Formats: sequence, structure tokens, C-alpha cells
Amino acid sequence: MYFCSMKIETIKEELIDEFSMFEDWIERYEYMIELGKSLPIINTKFKTEDNVIKGCQSKVWLHADLENEKIIFTADSDAIITKGIVAILIRVFSNQSPEVILDSNTDFIDEIGLKEHLSPTRANGLVSMIKKIKMYAVAYQTQIGL
Amino acid sequence: MKKHASNIVFDVENIRNDFPILSRNINGKPLIYFDNAATSQTPQQVIDVIVDYYSKYNSNIHRGVHTLSQEATDKYEGARQIIQKHFNALYSHEIIFTSGTTHSINLVANGFASLLTKDDIVLVSALEHHSNIVPIQMLCEKTKATLKVIPMTQDGALDMDVYDTLLLLNPKLVFVNHISNALGTINPIKEMIQKAHKVGAAILIDGAQACPHIKPDVQELDVDFYVTSGHKMCGPTGVGMLYAKENWLNKLPPFLGGGEMISEVTFNKTTYAELPHKFEAGTPNICGGIAFGAAIEYMNSIGFGAIASYEHELLEYATKKLKAIDGMKIYGPRDNKTSVISFNIEGIHSYDLGTIIDKLGIAIRTGQHCAQPIMDYFGISGTARASFSFYNTKQEIDVFVEGIKKAAMMLR
Repeated sequence: MYFCSMKIETIKEELIDEFSMFEDWIERYEYMIELGKSLPIINTKFKTEDNVIKGCQSKVWLHADLENEKIIFTADSDAIITKGIVAILIRVFSNQSPEVILDSNTDFIDEIGLKEHLSPTRANGLVSMIKKIKMYAVAYQTQIGL
Repeated sequence: MKKHASNIVFDVENIRNDFPILSRNINGKPLIYFDNAATSQTPQQVIDVIVDYYSKYNSNIHRGVHTLSQEATDKYEGARQIIQKHFNALYSHEIIFTSGTTHSINLVANGFASLLTKDDIVLVSALEHHSNIVPIQMLCEKTKATLKVIPMTQDGALDMDVYDTLLLLNPKLVFVNHISNALGTINPIKEMIQKAHKVGAAILIDGAQACPHIKPDVQELDVDFYVTSGHKMCGPTGVGMLYAKENWLNKLPPFLGGGEMISEVTFNKTTYAELPHKFEAGTPNICGGIAFGAAIEYMNSIGFGAIASYEHELLEYATKKLKAIDGMKIYGPRDNKTSVISFNIEGIHSYDLGTIIDKLGIAIRTGQHCAQPIMDYFGISGTARASFSFYNTKQEIDVFVEGIKKAAMMLR
């Protein structure tokens, strides 16, 4: 069900390409909403309180598993725009090794015109989600190292 | 200050000219500002006062013998008198300048820490902003007093029968807002004050949401403490006030220690300054206080009667239009409310709605409105809240309603 293990930079370029086709914010948001709607991105059994990342307004659930030394992230949100961005983040960061995740940044979010969603003052839990993704990467890196 | 012909025809276009921010474009669209319950906009008349202060007489007050200091002191104390007159306090020293409503509530709650014991009961309403919950929880933690909640009903009003029952427990203190920030409910504070006094309880009214719409008379209300913020009533942020009856201000200990609030300091003993300075430690927000006074004068030049009736017209107009939208649910009372509409559209998260209409230049508040207990009561994660001010128009409401429809179409 996951994208085959593509290079993280290739995925980012793909996303930047896709978003560059849109002429205005409406198309961009409609695509994001589409991404949010189309992805069943977490098994409901993982939508637990432990997995909740609380923004002030929208909730994000994030779950991680290690498979073949790669981290598989699954996630969801109660707000559809947030869910769209969650889907984008999952597409980039899931099925990558902890090292790659830790070395990678989120500049592509700016390049696809969604920077406003990653402002720390934006109460949607996405900044916390990225922190959590990195934390999982650190944790699994340690586990693999052992 | 430019005067308005009040109470004749409500000339909203003329009033809008006073607010430079209203001519801004947001995301390429004319700004429609419907987040007035969070912060009101500032008219040029108040901006001029701020510029004037820093351009002409910026200096520290109450201690300098030089001309600037005396001018600043006169203006600052003049503002206190404007506020006193506006709220009809008996004395100007019953008006304490604070940084805002939250500061005012903390000042009172902190003061009562030395007056309450573990056997005492404190009441707080279920309709409160977190600012009127957390300081009281902290007070009860410190004193081990018991906190009891006056519950709300499905229509967003306080359950007055339960209030009557809770008063039988002889509480020492009651905290309630004049108007709910999340729902716009106007609480029956006069009745609540009278009832509290019958059992010997003191009562604090959080007027942050009321003062932009209503002119409270603290003597007529016979309220012990009334608090509000400047930035909700066309003034700057970072300034507000506490009204308290003189005897309470004499009874309560100071909140913050420092300069301005002392009479004599030795390492053995410090004696506190007279009212109101006992509660105004440190260099205050001098410019803010003066501008707060100017904001109150500005609002009075339009007239609170005219403001209330025009805002009610906007509320009725918007409510009718919003109700026609498929899946619309409006929370809170139908009547007896100020110009606040808290709503959700079935199947759509308020965060998504707020995000999309921001792209259309429309500012509303979404989420829990710092009133999580109310959201929990309704079993929702939040609402979208549109709050109207006297400088908003029906045309803006039309654009807003179309924006909501467009967003709903995208999000469904």
C-alpha cells in the first residue's frame, strides 16, 4: 500500500511539480482537500489518545512502525486541510530510513505554497507532527544501532 | 477629536473612515473583519493620541517635577477619570489600571488567597473564558477552598436554579462574565449580584465582552469587582482596568510589589501607597492608559445606544442569512445575546472553514475560543465565530455568507 521506496528528494520534486501546475490558491487547496479525502492513512486502532498530537484547533494522530529499517508513518486529522498536509508529509517521510528523515528539511512546504501552515503560531499541530516524525527517527535510529 | 452625529442616522460609512485598517486588502480581497470579540480595531482618533504621546510628552509619571512628567501624569490621571465617569464609579481611585482583564482577575484572585480558608466555597460559571477559570483554580489550590461550577443549559444560558441552590452553601466569592465570549450570552448579572450579596458573597464580573457593546454602571449594579480590557473597545492592547469598591481595595493585599505602589520603604518595613497606586507597581502602560481613555471617549461620541441597536440589526441580518445554509448549526441563545454568532456546518471542521475564508479576506475566529468547558458541553472540538462591531456592514455580511457557502462547497 505504500509508495515504493523512492528517494526523498525525488518525492519532494514530484510534489513541487504537481503543485506548480495550479494557477491559484483555490486549485491548490482543492488538490490538498482531495489528497486529504483520498487517503485512508491510519488504521483506526492506532487512533489512540497516546498517538494524538494536539494543536489548539485540529487534532493529528501519528503512528510509526519500523519495517526493513525504514519507518512507515500512518496518520490522520479531524480537519480536512490539515489531513491534506498530513498526507503530503506522509508521502515524503514515510518509507524512509531514520538517517534520511533526520537529514531532511521541510523547505518543500514553502515551495509548494503552503508555508503558512507550518508557522508555529498556526494552531493545527503540523509543526508538532514534524517534530514527532523526527523524534521517531531518532528513536528508531537508536534501536537499529543497538 | 472628530465628533459624530450620534443617535440620528447611524452613518457607518463615515465611521469606517475612522479606521485605517478597514481599507486593507487581505489575499487580494478587501478585509472583512469579523473577529471583533477577540480584538476590536483602532480608530484614527486613538492612533493620534498614541502618536501624540510619544511625539510630545513621553515621560514617567507621578514622580517627575519637570513639565513632560506633569503633562503625562495629568493625561494618565485624566484617563482614569474618563474611565471612572464611564463606568460611574464613586471614586477615581476605585479604577485600577492593569494590563487587561486577565491581569485584573489575577489581581483579585491573588488578593483573596489571604482571605479564604479551606472551608470556603467559590463559585464560577460554566460559561467562562479560561482567564476567568484558571486564576480561580489557582486561588482554590492555594487556599484549599472548594470550587463549584454554575452549570449552563442547552441554549447557552446559566442555570439560575442551580445558582440559587449553590448560594445556599454560603460561598465567599462568585466569578461570572457579563457576556460569554464563545456564545454571546448576556448573563443576568444584576440578579446574580443581588443574590450573591444576600448570602454575603463578593462577586466579580468579567466585562471584557460586554464593554464593547454596553455601558455598565457599577454603582447601579452594586458590583464588587468589574474588569475589562482596552483592546476590546477600540483601545490598544496591554491595558485594561479593575473597578473595585473602595472597601475591597483597602482589604485586599497588593498583587505586585515595586515602585509606584509604596509609601515608605526600609528594610524593616514597607508601607503601601494610597489607592489606586497600591495596586499599580512599576511604571505603568502610560500611553496605553491615556489611549484607553481616548477610546472610551470615541465610543461615547458614537453612543452606546446607537452601537447596540446597529449591532443588533447586523446580528439579526447575519443570523437569518446563515440559517439558510445547509447543515448550519448555531450555538448559544437565540435572543438575549450580543453580536456574536458561534456556528458549525455539519461535516466541516471549523479550522478548515476559517482557513478557506481567510483566503477570501475574511477574518473570523475558529476553535475553542479559550472556553474549552463550553465546547466539551456541546461535545464539539470547536466552532467558527463571527463577531460584529459597529463599523461592520450588511454588505460585508453578504460577502461573508457567500464565502462560507463557497468554503462549504470546497470542503464537502
